[in-house]
Amino acid sequence: MSGIGSSTGGADTVSLRRWRRFTVPERILRSVFYLVVLLAVVWSFRSIEIIPEFLYDAPQQTADLFLRMWPIDWAWYPKVVHPALIETLHIATLGTVLAAVLAGLVALLVARNLTGSVALNLFGKFILVATRSVHTMVWALFFVAVFGPGPLAGMLAIAVHSIGFTGKFLAEAIEEVRPGPIEALRAAGAPPLAILLKGYWPQVKPAFLSIAMFRWDINVRESAVLGLVGAGGLGMALDTALSNLYWDQAGLVLLVIFGVVIVTEVATSWVRSRII
Amino acid sequence: MAGVIARPPIPATPRIAFPPNWAVRLSLVMLAAYVVYASTILDVSWPRFVHGLAEGARFLGRMFPPNVAADKLALLQTGMLESLQIAILATAFGVGLSLPLGIAAARNLSIAPLAWTARALIALCRSFHPVIVAILFVKAVGFGALAGILALIVASMGFISKLLAEAVEEMSMKQVEAVRATGASFLAVLVMAVLPQVMPRFIGFVAYQLDSNLRNSALVGLVGGGGIGATLFTAFQRFDYDFVLTIVLVIIAFVMVGELLSGLMRRLFQ
Repeated sequence: MSGIGSSTGGADTVSLRRWRRFTVPERILRSVFYLVVLLAVVWSFRSIEIIPEFLYDAPQQTADLFLRMWPIDWAWYPKVVHPALIETLHIATLGTVLAAVLAGLVALLVARNLTGSVALNLFGKFILVATRSVHTMVWALFFVAVFGPGPLAGMLAIAVHSIGFTGKFLAEAIEEVRPGPIEALRAAGAPPLAILLKGYWPQVKPAFLSIAMFRWDINVRESAVLGLVGAGGLGMALDTALSNLYWDQAGLVLLVIFGVVIVTEVATSWVRSRII
Repeated sequence: MAGVIARPPIPATPRIAFPPNWAVRLSLVMLAAYVVYASTILDVSWPRFVHGLAEGARFLGRMFPPNVAADKLALLQTGMLESLQIAILATAFGVGLSLPLGIAAARNLSIAPLAWTARALIALCRSFHPVIVAILFVKAVGFGALAGILALIVASMGFISKLLAEAVEEMSMKQVEAVRATGASFLAVLVMAVLPQVMPRFIGFVAYQLDSNLRNSALVGLVGGGGIGATLFTAFQRFDYDFVLTIVLVIIAFVMVGELLSGLMRRLFQ
C-alpha cells in the first residue's frame, strides 16, 4: 500500500526526493472521504433538533434521578424482580438453543461446499441478512402482536434475530472444514447423514460451541430489555417501575441487570478459556 | 511364494468405528429436559403456537401492501433523517471520546491507576444496553434526539475503547521506543508510532460501530430517544401495520447501504 510520490527533478534528485506513504489516487480518495465525513457531521450538527429548554435543568434532573433511586427498594426483589430474572435467563437460553438449531439448518444451505446450488446459497444468505437487519426489539414488537405479550414473544424474538449472526459464523466454519475426513467417509460409502455427523460436525463443533456461547452472552443483555415492549423478563419489571415513577425499584432492576451481565460475562470467558 | 497372506487375528468383539459417547448422549438428554422444562415455565405450548400462527397470518395480511401514502412518507422521511443524524453524531463523538479513553486503558502506554479507572469506565459503558442508557438520558435531558445521541455515544465508547485498548496492547513497542529515543513528546509518540500501527484495525471498529449505531438509532426511539424508532413504535400502537412494514423495509435498506459504505471505508484504509 505504499508508493513513491513525485520527485523533484534536477541534478541532485537523490537528496531532494520526497518519499510519500500513499499514492496520489489513495490520497485523493482519502481526502474526499474526510471531506464527506466532515460534511456529514456538520450537516447533522446543524439540522438536528435539540430542544434547549430541556437542557437548562439537565444537571438537576440527573441529580434528581440518582437521589430518587437511592435507597434501593430491596423489598421488591423477592416478589417481582427474582421471578423476572429467572424468566430473563430462560428467555435468553431457550432463545439461543432455538437459534442454534435454526441457524444450523440455514448454515447448511449457505455453506458452498455442502450445498452446490447457488440459488439455495443465496436464499440462505437472504434469511441470514433479513433476520439480522431487524433488531431484536422490533422482532419482539412483531411477536407480541402475533402471540400476545409474554415471554414466548421474547424468546422467539431472541431466537429469530440470533439466526443471522449465528448462521453467518457457522456457515463460515463449515466452509473452512478440511476435506480429508469427508472424502475418507465418502470413500467408505457413508450415507450423507453420517458424513454430516462424523465428518463435518467434529470439525465444526468447537466453533459452534463458542459462537453459541458468545451469542448467549449477548442474548442475556438483550432479553433484559425486551420487556419494555411487553416481551417478558426483567424489562417488564423495569417498565412497571418506570411507569409508576418508582425510581427506587427501577434502580434495583438496573442493579440486577448490571449484576447478571457481569456474571454472564465472567462465566462465558471462564468457560471459553477452560473448555474451548 | 507361500501363498498365505498374514491376516490380523479377528478380535473377539468386532471393532466399532464410532463407539457411543455416553457423555454426549447424556448432555443431549439433559438439554432436551431443560428445553421442555423452560418451555413450560415460559408458557410455550403447542395450542398457543398454532393460535399464534393464525394471528400471524392475519397480521401479515394487514401488513401488505406497504403503506406509501404521502403523509406517511413525510413522517418516514423526518424520522429516518433524524435517525441518520443521531447515528452520525453518535459515531463522531463516540470515536472522538474513545481515542483518549482507549489509549488511557492500554496498559503498555498509560500508568496503572489510570488504566484501571479507564477499564472500569469502559466496563460500565458496555454493561448496559443502549435502550437502558437511553431511558436514563431521557430522564436527564428530556425526550428527543439528544437523549438518543448520548445513549449511542456511551455504547460506542464502550465498544471502540475496549477494542482500541486491546489493539494498542498488541502492537509492537519497538517503534514506540524508537520515537521516544528521539526525545519526542507523548503526543508525537502517539501520532508517529502508535496510530500508524493501530489505524487499520481502528477504522474497522469505527466502520462496524457506524453500522451498529445506524441499527440502534432505530431502537432508542422506542423509549423516547428520537428518530425512526419513535415513528415505528407509534405505528405499532396505532395498529398501522402496513406503515410498520414500510418503516421496517426502509430501515433494512438503510442498514444494508450502511454496511456497503462501511465496507468501502474499510477497503479505503487497509
